[in-house]
Amino acid sequence: MDFGPHLLLASLEGAVTAAILALTAMGLSIVFGVMRVVNVAHGEFYMLGAVIAWWVTSLIGGHPAIGFVLALGIAPLLVGFLAAAADKVILQKINYDPDRTIVATIGLLYIIQQTTLMTFGPDARPVQPPFNTRIALPWFEFGDAGFAMYWPWGLSITSYKLFVIMAAIGILTALWLVITRSKIGLIMRATQLDSETALAFGVPVDRVYMWVFGLGAGLAAVGAVLVVPIQQAHYLMGHDPLLLAFITVIIGGLGSLPGTVIAAILIGMSDGIISVFFSPTLAKIIATLVVAMVLAFRPQGLLGRTAH
Amino acid sequence: MVTKPESKFTRRGMLKTMAAGTGAIAATSALPGLSGFAQAQSSAPIKIGFQVHRTGIGAAYGRWYNRTTEAAVKRINDMGGINGRPVELVAEDDGTDPKRGAEVVEKFATQHECDIAFGTLFSHVVYGSSPRAGELKLPYFVVSEGHHVASGKLNRYTLQPGITDVKSQVQAMAPFVANNLGKKVTMIFPDFAFGHDHRDFFTAAIEAQGGEVVEHIAIPPTETSFSKYFPRIPRETEVIYHVMVGPAVLTFVKELGEFFGPSSPEIFGFIDSLEAVDIKSPGLEFLEGTYFWEGNPRNAQADQTSHDKAYRAAVGVDDNGASVEDAQDVSTYSHMFGCWETLNIIKRGMETAGYQGPADRAKLIEAVEAMSDMPLSDDHPQGAKRFNGKTHQTFGHQYISKVSDGKLVVEHTTSIEDGLYEDEVDYTTQSF
Repeated sequence: MDFGPHLLLASLEGAVTAAILALTAMGLSIVFGVMRVVNVAHGEFYMLGAVIAWWVTSLIGGHPAIGFVLALGIAPLLVGFLAAAADKVILQKINYDPDRTIVATIGLLYIIQQTTLMTFGPDARPVQPPFNTRIALPWFEFGDAGFAMYWPWGLSITSYKLFVIMAAIGILTALWLVITRSKIGLIMRATQLDSETALAFGVPVDRVYMWVFGLGAGLAAVGAVLVVPIQQAHYLMGHDPLLLAFITVIIGGLGSLPGTVIAAILIGMSDGIISVFFSPTLAKIIATLVVAMVLAFRPQGLLGRTAH
Repeated sequence: MVTKPESKFTRRGMLKTMAAGTGAIAATSALPGLSGFAQAQSSAPIKIGFQVHRTGIGAAYGRWYNRTTEAAVKRINDMGGINGRPVELVAEDDGTDPKRGAEVVEKFATQHECDIAFGTLFSHVVYGSSPRAGELKLPYFVVSEGHHVASGKLNRYTLQPGITDVKSQVQAMAPFVANNLGKKVTMIFPDFAFGHDHRDFFTAAIEAQGGEVVEHIAIPPTETSFSKYFPRIPRETEVIYHVMVGPAVLTFVKELGEFFGPSSPEIFGFIDSLEAVDIKSPGLEFLEGTYFWEGNPRNAQADQTSHDKAYRAAVGVDDNGASVEDAQDVSTYSHMFGCWETLNIIKRGMETAGYQGPADRAKLIEAVEAMSDMPLSDDHPQGAKRFNGKTHQTFGHQYISKVSDGKLVVEHTTSIEDGLYEDEVDYTTQSF
């Protein structure tokens, strides 16, 4: 493939990765930002979202779009409630002690993963996309005959992948509006800034924590529902997103939402481009190297504030 | 029952032994079939340790290897067992993980006191487990396709008598690809031992046919998204040669179709890319008219043998290669016959050797090494085989099928000779 079309294809693939990553990492970032909890089970909430999406679509007959839309509503809600319950039953009991929350969420990771294995089974299961048309993309060149347009071999994207990018942008914008413009967002930000003072002003910090934890997991589930028609639902699928989400959150600055989005775009695009031109392993190596560099030279991340 | 010499006699130990004994007696009386076994020197069951990929990337294969193995063992027991003794399966999940594989082999030998170990598919797990089986002097019958056995890299205790290896398969395929599809091939394969066998041996085989591989694309078997690999396919490619394993094979094939759209080169795949996947899944329409290697034809063919019919019925597979109970549950038909055939070979080997217990393990291996031609039969429903006792590897027929109307129709069957190659090892010279 020529360089130009190749780069375009790589960027499009990267944009899809970035879109999903931004949603997943945003969930992790919000939870850390507000609650200071490192949620190791985040990838499993993502996986649960995909598995529930498969379950909903397999129960609903008719056009794939009906099942998909229902899954997009039901899966994040169910996952969110489950996470909120886990927060109430487990994390609140151990007082959000940093060491113990890590161990507790590792336990949660295995409980969710193995329960899925025992019920859903070890197979990967597909979910039909609501629509999926292959869109061949043109490329331009200035040849002997002047300006010409042609359709290079293999340069294409599907309508569904474009939808994923758009949907992620839409959801993230809505989230940003909620956090910056609504009362719920105000309460969240107050809790994030100083939970004790917030408590003194009548903010029910425990309940805020519970629902923030649910929101974080729900965002991962949204990402998974969007990705599952492209990939498939599988009980081990939470591992890579967890790793990438951590990388993204560290680079972006723990708890910084704009930083998370910027880092997700950086990581997603570079992952797409490096894996197309070189190898996917190299992409992961570079991402991890960047994390090491950020931790060494700018521990607060791109947009994170230093600890006060 | 074999009892270990106990140095200490404790109350807890005695209680355990008593509990185990009571359990064994209860279990024996609960099995009505057992009364039918001829009285042999020992009527204790022959224990076969079944290393099964229940979880991990090989899970779909594991599910069907399990069904096939259980059906084969039931048939053997219905026919009177081995040397008048019933066969008992001891199944352990290895998670499709080499490290766990070695531990499972060890459990078979020391904890379960199995007579042999059997059933591994994924080549990296075979590589991880075989050395331990050799150290423990436990006969290890793999059903893996990898060239690792015949390459001489393993040991005298590891045998592959029931399924052909990749080197033989691709050597038999190369003439068809070069003469019917094209000479410039791009290979897409999984990046581990099994895929490397494909890479090395098909590249050599197609060059022998006057063709060439213009690009090798290795993909990790745990990968979930594939579009990013396809731009490396050179424009001059005449044939895509694809073989993929892992949970995401359906995604792989779908994205391959999306990449090419209407202007695809010829496509030749190993059915591994679609094992346990319905070929009529949405998004796979582009496969119509493409070719597949099949180890054993998934769709019942017009000239189906009575042996295939009986085997299909015993395992519970319908004419489309799916479970009779669930048409969505597609089998791994091109591989799982290896479990059936290997168990029948183990039975014959144990009978020839007069196998009585672990002391006769070497005799069992010698008896299997002495085997050669195995005709098409209910014991060998996939086709005739020729076992090479020196390299511990079997050779057999391969099938090339074309997708027409969503079914795999066999177009060409290769001969056993097409897949033969020179010996690379003589395991019989190694000591036990």
